[in-house]
Amino acid sequence: MRKNNNQTSFSSKYLLLTLSVICVLLMGVSLVTDKIHGPFKAIANYTIVPMQNGINTIGLWMSDLTQNMDTLKEMRKKNKALQAEVDELTIKNNLLQQEKHELERLRELYALDAHYGDYKKIGAHVTANDSGNWFSSFVIDKGKKDGIKVDMNVIAGTGLVGIVTEVGPNWSRVRSIIDDASNVSALVLSTSDTCIVNGDLTLMQDGRIRFEQLANNETEIEVGEQVVTSHISSKYLQGILIGYVSEIHVDPNNLTRSGYIIPAVDFQHLQEVLVITSTKADLLEE
Amino acid sequence: MKRKIVTVGIIIVCFLLECTVFQQLSFASITPNLMIIVTSSFGFMRGRKEGMLVGFISGLLIDIMFHDLIGFYALIYTVIGFANGLFRKIFYDDDIKLPLILIASSDFLYGHLVCICMFVMRSKFNYFYYLRSIILPELIYTILVTLVFYEIILHINKKLESEEKRSASKFV
Repeated sequence: MRKNNNQTSFSSKYLLLTLSVICVLLMGVSLVTDKIHGPFKAIANYTIVPMQNGINTIGLWMSDLTQNMDTLKEMRKKNKALQAEVDELTIKNNLLQQEKHELERLRELYALDAHYGDYKKIGAHVTANDSGNWFSSFVIDKGKKDGIKVDMNVIAGTGLVGIVTEVGPNWSRVRSIIDDASNVSALVLSTSDTCIVNGDLTLMQDGRIRFEQLANNETEIEVGEQVVTSHISSKYLQGILIGYVSEIHVDPNNLTRSGYIIPAVDFQHLQEVLVITSTKADLLEE
Repeated sequence: MKRKIVTVGIIIVCFLLECTVFQQLSFASITPNLMIIVTSSFGFMRGRKEGMLVGFISGLLIDIMFHDLIGFYALIYTVIGFANGLFRKIFYDDDIKLPLILIASSDFLYGHLVCICMFVMRSKFNYFYYLRSIILPELIYTILVTLVFYEIILHINKKLESEEKRSASKFV
């Protein structure tokens, strides 16, 4: 009996050792090359992804259900606030329309034709979110078969969502700009000063992202100004809206400024995104 | 054979629930960690070997779908499955205290491993923030979900075990 017990404990230790070694080897290989992802991706494509697509529909239905629980009173209150917002936006829209005509004229003058509205896009559904609470990436239901490639930019509405980091046959993974490991080279629209926008886990719940390394020169940058992707980025296309400056201060070194941005995209309720099908590398080659 | 299929089924269902439905049901953008519940319950219900294998598969699934570095989560979950397997001898299925404590401490361990390897190593030393707003909320939510999920897993396991016993006695 005792011997038997020893045997099982030995063999389970060996199993632990084997599995650990496999894990470490996989990590080592995936650090060096991407090839290891190939077979795994194929497996995931035919097992997990179809089920994710299906179950996601149920998830959406449930979130609708919880939202339906809001009381009538709250709804009325919201409606009132929204009505006020609509009025305000209508006024703003009128102003913008006027400015748009002006812009069109000016653009014709300058013959500026490259604008991100002209990029070709593919729509995709978000089917799964990162399982843990530490990082912020998600899976969409379009992949290599739909022409998605690594490094394509992903937007929702008017704002930048993230970048495609991995592509399977029918799915791809997008790392959002609020992810802790994300860095985007950006530009303050009004003054054309460049800065770096990096995601931060500690700010994720406030719905903010940090920007830094903005030169501390004479230019005055105010709260609410637009921050877009910059021309010097090697992966992000130029001129996609990232968000609006919400706070800015001079760093202790007196050379740079940093602060916070409120992203233009609501990352909490992301359901559909658009993938821009031209990458910066393609554009540079042209 | 049936046990294997059912086990893999449980893992896949929990993985799918975690990355789809529970993302919609998250409180303050915190989601419970179902894979820890599965891994550690199989660990203390079925022993080290099965705990490890379940952990390995769960971790590998997470790695494939969401991370560039394949093998990291697989390693963490394998170790957690093994560690929980050590408590099989003092596990009685009518007592919910031990499973709760084990699952809670597994999640605590998991949180710290990810925090240390993925954040502190990148010189992000905001440990107390991570503890306060990621690790502990996740732990509490996970415990709440455990009260439901653990019962389901326990029930399935009991059924499988009684079936296995019956078919074993048939042979004799």
